[in-house]
Amino acid sequence: MAQSQYIVVVGCGRLGSILACRLSSQGNSVVVIDPYESSFNNLNSEFSGFQIVGDASELAVLRSAKADKADCLLAVTDKDNVNLMVAQIAKNIFQIPTVLARVFDPAREKIYRDFGIATISPTQLSADAFITNLSS
Amino acid sequence: MRVILIGSGKLAYFLSKQFASKGYHLTVIDSDNEEAIAFSRNLKAIVIHGEGSNPNILAQAGAYQADVVLALTINDEDNLIACQIAQKEYGVPRTVALVNDPENRPIFEKLGISVAFSATEIIANLIEQQTSSDEIKNLLPVAEGKINVTEIALSESASIAGKTIDDLQLPTGTLIASILRQGDVIVPGGDTILQTNDRLILIAQPEYYGQLLRLLGAE
Repeated sequence: MAQSQYIVVVGCGRLGSILACRLSSQGNSVVVIDPYESSFNNLNSEFSGFQIVGDASELAVLRSAKADKADCLLAVTDKDNVNLMVAQIAKNIFQIPTVLARVFDPAREKIYRDFGIATISPTQLSADAFITNLSS
Repeated sequence: MRVILIGSGKLAYFLSKQFASKGYHLTVIDSDNEEAIAFSRNLKAIVIHGEGSNPNILAQAGAYQADVVLALTINDEDNLIACQIAQKEYGVPRTVALVNDPENRPIFEKLGISVAFSATEIIANLIEQQTSSDEIKNLLPVAEGKINVTEIALSESASIAGKTIDDLQLPTGTLIASILRQGDVIVPGGDTILQTNDRLILIAQPEYYGQLLRLLGAE
């Protein structure tokens, strides 16, 4: 990532907070959205972006995060369906160029990958890591 | 018709009862285990405990054969994903989703859902259109509210009594479909004369409805 991007991170749990902090410390401008204010305690001092309290499945919340200006959106809440819905809205309504969604359920992940939503499945990644370690 | 209904609570229960009485082949997917057991005892339907957006549960519910999937949970995202998976993975021809955020309605339709409806919007419209007057009743939205059917009574003081329909110059997008007069039904022509105590059956597009009511002196 050579130049600074405008990145929206949806969900500020363990994964979301790590992503938000790292991307922020790399010089990107980052907005992180979470329905619970206490989740922002997960952010450390590396984070210099904005926080929005709200449910990202509500269009007004994405709009207040200026999603239409974003270069990238990462949907990493703990709910597969929220991530898939937000990712589709980001891609099709706000036309964000890079959109990634975390999806735990491998079955759902495959279906949505097949119709063009970039997904990352932690389940699949761990399985692959286990298998790789076994065979090495 | 084969229907899969995803939802829980009273809405799912009473809808299921209606569908069953219409003879639909109904499968209910309920995320609440105890309620699912109760439903399976009380409803003429197959009841599955699970999440409607889970592809395996949808397959179990017979999504391959279903004609329509109704997603009526309280979470917009669950309704969207369940409908999309039903449609894209299992080829269900018609999907209907409940949305809570009214802004999601057009978005869901853009994302491939056949019909998305917002209870919030429908109730808000109803309240708005229910003017305080008792003279207006039976407001019935047709085609998702693109046209309304209303019955209004002409009061004793209505200034339009004695005029013909042609005299009224009804706004475009509105129609007096029939007149109920002393137990008779009249399908009016341009020369039909309106009388006090007539009850008019109106058909109007919502955008012209207010104009029509003002013309008839009902507002």
